[in-house]
Amino acid sequence: MTEETKAPAASERPSRPSGDGPRSGGDRPRFGGGGGGRSGPGGPPREGGRKFFRRKKVCKFCTEKIADINYKDYRLLGQFVAESGKIVPRRLTGVCSPHQHRLASAIKQARNIALLPFAGRAS
Amino acid sequence: MNRTYELMFIVRPDMADEDLEKLVSTLETTVTSAAGSVKSVDRMGKRRLAYTVRKFREGIYILMTIEGAGTVIHELERRLRVTEQVIKFLTVRIDEEQKRLEKIKKLREARKKVSAQPAAPAEEAPAAEAPTADVPAATV
Repeated sequence: MTEETKAPAASERPSRPSGDGPRSGGDRPRFGGGGGGRSGPGGPPREGGRKFFRRKKVCKFCTEKIADINYKDYRLLGQFVAESGKIVPRRLTGVCSPHQHRLASAIKQARNIALLPFAGRAS
Repeated sequence: MNRTYELMFIVRPDMADEDLEKLVSTLETTVTSAAGSVKSVDRMGKRRLAYTVRKFREGIYILMTIEGAGTVIHELERRLRVTEQVIKFLTVRIDEEQKRLEKIKKLREARKKVSAQPAAPAEEAPAAEAPTADVPAATV
């Protein structure tokens, strides 16, 4: 599998500058480019070292010293709610565990009193 | 057993101001008659709801801070449930959270003082040590 995907990619690369790619290159570069852009599994990171330096995420509440996570502060809570209305996981926002715990309960309280939506976007 | 509660409720948007005042004052009397006290009443005004509640897209938010035992809240919530104009309510106990916040505040202030104070003695300490360190160096 790996050999198969590598070989066409290698043959495609030189052809790209010449500009005859669009027909067959429509699929391939998108595949390879998508993996590289998102730094997902496979693609550039596997080939050689790290290309993207990811900054370490820090807890917003720790750095800004926000002690009070209140359900009334829906603007603050809104930053940690996805467009779909879901609570954004800790691994994406970098919020520390104790703060995420308070944040989650505050968001749930805010949902209860219609400050935040259960699903979908608050208009 | 006195506790502090925060009661937030939403009334229908087409409610007249006088009716709202009447409702708030009746709630206040129920609290005081149940041996509680109303600390503050905050009319937060009309706001769009995040989702429709009883077919209403917006509502008038009111926030009350109440001190008293749990029975006060029990009676208050029963009353709100019966009241037709109230479309949603939420009661949150806040005394423990307040206590926690005060503790953090105190801790931070204490830390600030500690970090501000040793700055002066810290300067003296090296100054006191410096001559002793210099003397052997000078003798040698």
